Amino acid sequence: MSRKSFLEAIRDAQYEEMKRDPSVFMMGEDLATNLFGTTTGFIEAFGAERVRNTPISEAGFIGAAAGASMVGMRPIVDVTIASFIYPAMDQLISIISKSRYLYGGQARLPLVLRLSMFYGNSTAAQHSDRPYPMLMAVPGLKIIIPSNARDMKGLLKSAVRDDDPVLSFEDAALWSSKMEVPDDENFLVPFGKAEVKREGTDVTVVALAAAVPQALAAAAELAAEGISVEVLDPRTLVPLDIEAIIASVRKTGRLVAVDPAHRTCSAASEIAALAAEHAFGALRAPIVRVTAPDTHVPFSPPLEARIFPSKRSIAAAVRRVVGGA
Amino acid sequence: MASFDRELWSELYRRMVRIRTFETAAEKAGLRGEIPGALHTAAGQEGEIVGACMALRKDDYMVGNHRSHGHPIGKGAALRPLMAELFGKRTGVCHGKGGSMHLADFSVGSLGETSIVGSGMPVAVGAALGSTLQRKDRVTLCFFGDGASNEGTFHESLNLAAIWKLPVIFLCENNGYGATTPASTVMSVKDVAERAQAYAIPGSIVDGQDVLAVYAHVREAVERARRGGGPALIEAKTYRYADHAVNMGVGFGIDRGEELERWKKRDPIALFRARLIDAGIVEQAVAAIENEVHAAVEDALGFARSSEFPAYEEAFDDVFAARLPVPQGSAGTV
Repeated sequence: MSRKSFLEAIRDAQYEEMKRDPSVFMMGEDLATNLFGTTTGFIEAFGAERVRNTPISEAGFIGAAAGASMVGMRPIVDVTIASFIYPAMDQLISIISKSRYLYGGQARLPLVLRLSMFYGNSTAAQHSDRPYPMLMAVPGLKIIIPSNARDMKGLLKSAVRDDDPVLSFEDAALWSSKMEVPDDENFLVPFGKAEVKREGTDVTVVALAAAVPQALAAAAELAAEGISVEVLDPRTLVPLDIEAIIASVRKTGRLVAVDPAHRTCSAASEIAALAAEHAFGALRAPIVRVTAPDTHVPFSPPLEARIFPSKRSIAAAVRRVVGGA
Repeated sequence: MASFDRELWSELYRRMVRIRTFETAAEKAGLRGEIPGALHTAAGQEGEIVGACMALRKDDYMVGNHRSHGHPIGKGAALRPLMAELFGKRTGVCHGKGGSMHLADFSVGSLGETSIVGSGMPVAVGAALGSTLQRKDRVTLCFFGDGASNEGTFHESLNLAAIWKLPVIFLCENNGYGATTPASTVMSVKDVAERAQAYAIPGSIVDGQDVLAVYAHVREAVERARRGGGPALIEAKTYRYADHAVNMGVGFGIDRGEELERWKKRDPIALFRARLIDAGIVEQAVAAIENEVHAAVEDALGFARSSEFPAYEEAFDDVFAARLPVPQGSAGTV
């Protein structure tokens, strides 16, 4: 084990997988500059051919990742900011998600698209998106959304080894967070396995990405009030560990679904619907969603500060479902 | 110009006739209601398709578009699974998942036809990138139309292929129309080939109705790319006989006046048939090829008709490498 930041975990996962498998290579804008520290030492170790700087040409290089994967390569594309996927949306949806299906299983597309989410930093509406919910609605794409450095490393390594396209949503609010991370080069976090980050009995809080540490902080505060909160982190949205969500809701009888994405058709909405479908009989209170509201992300800091789920808004929701507020 | 080579010329002719006969049969089957959905037929374009495909090795890659039937046939695909695919049958080359606009036969290097205009171009660039990284000397041929050359993906793909010097041949099938809109009314340049200059790669024009000219021209570009010389843009001037799509239930037809008859006088198959006879291949040998192809298409039709439709359960296959688990009783599952 070594103490690593979220960004170092990304770097280590990529480094280990590139070292292990010569079919793994990277593409992205400004990769050679190593802007965020996720490719430190890569060009020296693997050469510029496998660590490819691209033009600002998202449809081109994301589509090229699809083509390269179809002939046996395993590209990791650093898309940097999540909104930069939009110019390549046709490649993502028409090609990457659908080729295996359309061609009757002849095509395999083992590729990883890494998308950072920079919300909460006054980058305004075009640079602050968390677009995983709309992509959950596209069959054929797997989605990982880690909440700490350990999961980041293990999930990203699983993503590189996976035979399907994987979108890695990386919350920039977590970048500098540090924790003990396994050094074992075969340490993997499996897809579709939620993790209980804190056990509890009164309320289930299902949270995503940087909302997980917020939920844990809320749970610690609520414990002092005598409210026992279980914090469940799905870690991957596709596949989604529905069984774990249902099991926890059956145990606690209450659900707060926390999601930094916009409210309508959020991941929280899907989680709430699944709980209602499968655990209705166990529910002792209406399900509550804590999400970003259905407005754009404002630039001005005092406005943006209130947009995303926080320890305070999560705690308030929990108090509401236990009848304390 | 390629000198006479009996085996090669016979195969060029065979593949062109295979496309024409397949398209004729598919159109009829569509009108009979046997084939669902739209059919974008390639009749009239056989010269450029076959000339370009035959300039490749079998292990070279090819990417195409919604006018999808001719490309895999040109690349050497078997007809039975292609026809069964049009019929939506389980024995189809894509197990009934892709249909007319999305044929693919990976066994002959056909990496798939795509139906969003221009969307296959970055994929072709990626296949060429993959080959390069694998130190394989495979070349990728990318078919696209005049319409696609107005898409952003065209420009991004040419730029990427140029800066990375990738072995990809961009083969523009300029049939004069994007669906019903004359290309000349929506392009800033007269010829698509001019656009190569913007990416500092070779751009050239070839007579798409002359299969030998296309073959020789593309072959030169392919060999150059294989030696590490980078991409090329080749514009084949050709013509599509049918409407944009047949079998759509809505009119995609336009009145093209005498233009259609003028192009039919330069039919690629008729032109090359005359060349074969001139070169000393006897009439019976040419007719034997035609008869053999007709029998093969009839056989493919019979195969498609007698094949089973997929079971509903199969709609859930190949979304992912393995099916994802679904909870018992979950709505929307099988």
